[in-house]
Amino acid sequence: MAGKISLSQNTQNELFKAEESKKKAKAYNKQTELFIMIIPCMILAFIFYYWPLSGWIMAFQNYRPAKGYFGSKFVGLDQFKFLFSDPIFWRDLVNTLAMSLMSLILGFIFAIGFALLLNELRLKGFKRITQTASYLPHFLSWVIVCSLISNILSTYDGTLNNLLMWLGFIEKPILWLGEKNYFWWIVALANVWKEMGWNSIIYLAAMSSIDPELYEACEIDGGNRYRKMWHITLVGIRPTILVLLIMNAGWILNSGFEVQYLLGRGIVMDVSETIDIFVLKYGITNGNYSLATAAGIFKSVVSIIMIAGTNFMAKKMGEDSLL
Amino acid sequence: MLKNRIKAVLNKLEPFLFNGFNIAFMLIIIVVMVYPFWNTVAVSFNDSQDTLHGGITFFPRKFSLYNYKTVFKNHLLVTAAINSVLRTLLSTVFGVFISAVIAFVLSRQEFLWRKFVTRYFVVTMYVSAGLIPTYFLIKDLGLINNFLVYIIPGLISAFNVIVIKTFMQSLPPALTEAAEIDGAGYFRCFIQIILPCCKPVLATVALWCAVGAWNSWFDTFIYCSSKESLTTLQYEMMKMISASMNAATNKSGSDIYGGGVTIDAVTPVSMRAAVTVVASVPILFVYPFLQKYFVQGITIGSVKG
Repeated sequence: MAGKISLSQNTQNELFKAEESKKKAKAYNKQTELFIMIIPCMILAFIFYYWPLSGWIMAFQNYRPAKGYFGSKFVGLDQFKFLFSDPIFWRDLVNTLAMSLMSLILGFIFAIGFALLLNELRLKGFKRITQTASYLPHFLSWVIVCSLISNILSTYDGTLNNLLMWLGFIEKPILWLGEKNYFWWIVALANVWKEMGWNSIIYLAAMSSIDPELYEACEIDGGNRYRKMWHITLVGIRPTILVLLIMNAGWILNSGFEVQYLLGRGIVMDVSETIDIFVLKYGITNGNYSLATAAGIFKSVVSIIMIAGTNFMAKKMGEDSLL
Repeated sequence: MLKNRIKAVLNKLEPFLFNGFNIAFMLIIIVVMVYPFWNTVAVSFNDSQDTLHGGITFFPRKFSLYNYKTVFKNHLLVTAAINSVLRTLLSTVFGVFISAVIAFVLSRQEFLWRKFVTRYFVVTMYVSAGLIPTYFLIKDLGLINNFLVYIIPGLISAFNVIVIKTFMQSLPPALTEAAEIDGAGYFRCFIQIILPCCKPVLATVALWCAVGAWNSWFDTFIYCSSKESLTTLQYEMMKMISASMNAATNKSGSDIYGGGVTIDAVTPVSMRAAVTVVASVPILFVYPFLQKYFVQGITIGSVKG
């Protein structure tokens, strides 16, 4: 009796399963076109994003291109040990962090400040012109921006030196690009100049979605313009600011490469060289592929930790998380 | 009494003061943003020998088209311009299309692998193998000194996919339901219904793709620097800056590039100014007209998909 019941249950289960798989096959059948569309794209993404990860093996080898992955000698973590004992790597890490933190902080302050003031501007046409002008540098390539920077900062007829001399602040031109003290500021301010207008778009969008009743309520309570800006506008865009901070935190070791590579010359290289340049120099120029790959892995791992960390913090602070 | 009066006057004056200050500030911003480029345009139209005396600010002093003539007579720079235009057109068209295809599939709620495939693409935004492994991949694929290296590796951008996907998800589902009842497949839904509705977001993504392709020089530098016929405008520009930076730090460096391009007595400064204008004007002419779209596009992208 008991056996019979279990048997019939089994057959029932099997029937049910067969039904299920039939349904599934039908569903897959129906979506054939979707699969035809997505699978080639997945293969392309696999080739260019996932497959290169296999190259990380090089960081654990003494890689020689002639011998390939299988012929090269495994050296364990030696490359990392060598990397972390290299003072140039630490110097480059400090440079990278300093420049990207300065760019990040100044970039946020300027973009938010600009958006706040733009938001108070009532002249529609003038507002639009200002915005268009502020987007201009975003569309220039870094190569061209570097060319403009070197023109503006030139000791011979450079605009900045001319202006400062005309105002009487300095007596003879300063070699801005030849001094270590200025370089980080130049990079940070170049980033601000290039992206301030562009980054303000997102804040302005967030500001325009703030409920106007809040402003009215604040006015009734006797709040003036500055109160409103501080307590309503800024608070209103707080979630946007946090999300952008998280997104940018992951890029903390990508402080850019172009400005440093193009404008860092001579003694300035002590403060201008970043990890990306380190990788380029050791990898492509000197052919030390294993060490350069190890530095690259270090960068990726730090990025992932930073994203996960800031994402976690944002969750703790009660904001929507990004991931 | 007096205090209250002063306060009342100040309160009345405040809007004028604030707005006056604000407008003045914005005028300064406009000058700061536009002047460096404007100045370069002025220099590029100025006589090259005259520029050496310095003092060119807003307008050319001795108008001349000779700098541009020299640029367009230079075979290397003309090749570079053609390559830049070609790579920009091709990678924009294919890049936008592929992003739209992926976004369409991922925006279908019923798609069986939706979650997995979404993650599969999102991960590519954060994990990158780095320069060296990518270099070896390109080498193994035979893309070194090959025009295709400008197009294929950058085709898939997860960020663009997410922006387009978010837009597609905001379209009313009724749009496609009617077509599905009529027996239209996914291909037809995509081409005939969804794509035409996505014009604003596609314009935004197209602009991003075009700007990225037009402005990049690093791939030329790494993968194609030994083949002159594959050079691009930005890479030529980069060589000029390197030369001028080297010349500024060690005087002997000025011959490195000076000899090749600056025949006919066009100085490196004027040459660089003219190439700067040629290499940036196409995009600067386009973006003000697309402003409405990309502002909208960024707003969509910022609302998490």
